[in-house]
Amino acid sequence: MLRFAALRLGRALLTIALVVTFAFIVLRLSGDPAMMIMSPDAPPEALKAFREAWGLDEPLWLQYLKYFTAILQGELGQSMRDGRPAIELVAERIPATLLLTLPALALKIGLGIPAGIYAALHRNSMTDRVVMTFAVAGFTVPSFVLGLILVLIFAVQLGWLPSGGQEGWRSVILPVISMGLGGAGVLARFTRSAMLEVLGQPYIRTASAKGVPWGAVVRGHALPNAAIPTVTVVGFMVGSLMAGAVVVESVFSWPGVGRLMVVAVANRDLAVVQCVLLLVSATMVTSNLIVDLLYGVLDPRLRGQAPAAGGGH
Amino acid sequence: MTSAPLVSIRDLRVAFHGLPALRGIDLDVAPGEAVGLVGESGCGKSVTWLAALGLLPATATITGSVTLDGTELLGAAPAVLDRVRGGRVAMIFQDPASALNPVKRVGVQVAEALRLHRGLDGGAADAEVLRLFDQVGIPDARRRVHIYPHEMSGGQNQRVMIAMALAGQPELLVADEPTTALDATIQAQILDLLRRLQQETGMALVLISHDLGVVAEMCRRVCVMYAGRIVEQAPSDTLFADPRHPYTRGLLAALPDMVGPRRRLEAIAGGVPEPWNMPPGCAFAPRCASAIAACDAAIPVFHPVAPGHDAACIRLDAMVPE
Amino acid sequence: MTLLSLDGVSRVYATRRGIIGRPVPVRAVDQISLSVAPGRTLGIVGESGCGKSTTGRVALGIERPSEGSVTFQGAAMPTPGTPAWRRMRGRLQLVPQDPLGAMDRRLTIATQVEEPLIIHAIGDKSDRRDRVQALLRDVGLRADLAERHPHELSGGQRQRAVLARALATDPALLVCDEPVSALDVSIQAQVINMLTDLQEARGIAMLFISHDLKVVRQVSHEVAVMYLGRIVEHGDPEAIFADPLHPYSRALVSAIPVPGPRRIERVVLTGDPPNPADRPSGCAFHPRCPVAVAACAVTTPDLRPAADGRLVACHLVPAAGGTA
Repeated sequence: MLRFAALRLGRALLTIALVVTFAFIVLRLSGDPAMMIMSPDAPPEALKAFREAWGLDEPLWLQYLKYFTAILQGELGQSMRDGRPAIELVAERIPATLLLTLPALALKIGLGIPAGIYAALHRNSMTDRVVMTFAVAGFTVPSFVLGLILVLIFAVQLGWLPSGGQEGWRSVILPVISMGLGGAGVLARFTRSAMLEVLGQPYIRTASAKGVPWGAVVRGHALPNAAIPTVTVVGFMVGSLMAGAVVVESVFSWPGVGRLMVVAVANRDLAVVQCVLLLVSATMVTSNLIVDLLYGVLDPRLRGQAPAAGGGH
Repeated sequence: MTSAPLVSIRDLRVAFHGLPALRGIDLDVAPGEAVGLVGESGCGKSVTWLAALGLLPATATITGSVTLDGTELLGAAPAVLDRVRGGRVAMIFQDPASALNPVKRVGVQVAEALRLHRGLDGGAADAEVLRLFDQVGIPDARRRVHIYPHEMSGGQNQRVMIAMALAGQPELLVADEPTTALDATIQAQILDLLRRLQQETGMALVLISHDLGVVAEMCRRVCVMYAGRIVEQAPSDTLFADPRHPYTRGLLAALPDMVGPRRRLEAIAGGVPEPWNMPPGCAFAPRCASAIAACDAAIPVFHPVAPGHDAACIRLDAMVPE
Repeated sequence: MTLLSLDGVSRVYATRRGIIGRPVPVRAVDQISLSVAPGRTLGIVGESGCGKSTTGRVALGIERPSEGSVTFQGAAMPTPGTPAWRRMRGRLQLVPQDPLGAMDRRLTIATQVEEPLIIHAIGDKSDRRDRVQALLRDVGLRADLAERHPHELSGGQRQRAVLARALATDPALLVCDEPVSALDVSIQAQVINMLTDLQEARGIAMLFISHDLKVVRQVSHEVAVMYLGRIVEHGDPEAIFADPLHPYSRALVSAIPVPGPRRIERVVLTGDPPNPADRPSGCAFHPRCPVAVAACAVTTPDLRPAADGRLVACHLVPAAGGTA
């Protein structure tokens, strides 16, 4: 088990390193930060000075090497735009993003999983069809479209809620709903099919045949098995806590990590982009790691097989 | 049959989406008796008992009557059925590896039945699980109660299933193809175990199998099923020595022997009728060499051959002993 | 004269224990020698994991033996994938357990039976059509089924269609791997009769692999019993099934449930067949053997002739003209 965890952790770190490298290459090859930040009309001497100040005149591989060693030492660099440490810029945006994504995640789980279970238990009933119709609508309509529709109805037409900005809890409602509904739909469909698959398994019939009441069959035998595939999807949603709000933050002009990222990319503000990417990929990788470990907890077949004879507990 | 039947099935009919799977089953099981149900796939031998215990999906339409000691089971309240299932009537299935819950320790799965039917919990349940594991011949029981189904062989998993069935001290064990997924030497072990347990506990046994040999060895009485009906029933010695229904005769002739001179197998021509294409009269008539026009007129009822031996065939006069 | 022979063939796989364990070599097939004569059937019986299917794949040339050699029609088995191998493939055909899995669900039966004729460039278009019709007739499939798709056929009909396809290239040897195990008794008899009829009419040899001793007895001229990758008894089916000499064959034969009185008293073995990756020392059967002696745990018995000429690998069976 320990070796299993170590292996996964190593793989996680490798993933982060690859993400950082990829971002460096794409950003540095797609535009010159000096031009972007100083404006292309700036005098050549100013551009040269800027490049020298940020080390942009050195060979690319050297820049990469320096950048990478800095990260390993915990040094994430400064924003080329305003000179503040990138990590500070990112950190001050995190609470705003979480204020949207955490309630959205709660909405996805709290609505999606029970709806999926209910639909599976009442397969082909009217309720099942209604739930599934909403689920399909929920994930085929992109969150920003839903966001715009919600703004049109509740902000523009009815004037009940603000269309953007930060005006207390009332500003949170529309972005959270526009992000959460789609995810709830995905999760409902996924939970439903996982449950249906499990309910068709012979061991469910065995449980009924030994006299377990149906409610207990569902809770004690079906749910623990259906949880295994469902955890994957939930894990993915947890992983996108930081990155999932980019579009919605733009629609609702919400000052979160996503908006910071959009601006930093436009400016080729490498340190800030890298810092956001590190944060995003670290969240993804951590949630994947947790999912992998959870698999082991939920499914004994995936634990490192002990030799047949030994296998002590 | 002298004693009052434990389970009595009358005119049991099952259809899935309007297509018949069982077309009128009458069957009594006496206390302590071993009855075999044989037939080819789709003949309804498993459906009979899944229907009787309310284990079919809601899409099945079920009519008729199934009584346990006089209590009607068809349409009974869930609470009544839950007390019967795993309690008075236990069931084991074909593929033991998938019939056990993969994420629960085998001991826990057996203990669940003890809690439901005998109110045992904690240390008393643990001790009883160990005793049951010993009874069904699982070596090293103290360690094995803590492992998961995938860590055991197919034979050991079937032993766990049997221990789970015994947990409720059933009066009837329905074994649905219990050894079909197992290797020959393991099959012999499991059949041996079932025979011994039946003697020890005095429970009745219904053995569902496609294998005539398995049923012959295990059961005093055998029912042969074809296309959703019982076509012949007899004491097993009689059935194999003196079969009267043309289908039973065909099945025995189609089976290669283990002893004696090799002979060409006598295959039954054609195939089993599809549920949407049932012949009007005897379902076997289209494949039967002795069929006459009258066979298509009506579904044949049981005609007595000898006491305890009946066959559903109107041509019994032509079916003289071989 | 022999058509196919395996000489001292072993097949070794490397398997890992657990997710990151060290690879362990597993001898799925261990030094077996056997031969099939033209027009004859060799039955191979044994339980799951005994290596009978691996033996079949080695005989077909799909898998290369790790040790030993395979000879077919007097020449060494060509390497899989080479032109020589492809030419020879038509002479050696597989009849699998699951016909649906062996067929293409989108193509009609006629198209699938014609395919090997096209691949091996046999006949022109109209000639091939006649051949396909003749093949379907030979396996007892009605002509109107030719235009159906596999899922529209019953299990028995599918097995006939697969057989028609296997026969298209006029093979000298069929490797039948559990060909009737998935079929009901009445259909099983139809397919078995057809196989024996075809053998008689065309002089095809068969390697018939099955766990069902009754079926093997019905079709075989010779039988090999396998346990954990090795042949433990080999000879005339009548002799082996009436009076098995190896303790494992004896347990296996006695385990078959039969209606009516049994000839051999049942031997119920204890324990499960061991894992091939964890092969017991000496005779692999000794931990479950009811008559094992100390030597059985130490030395692996050779397969040698017993009094009536059959081959047995057991220390306790006296060798022909010698002492045990």
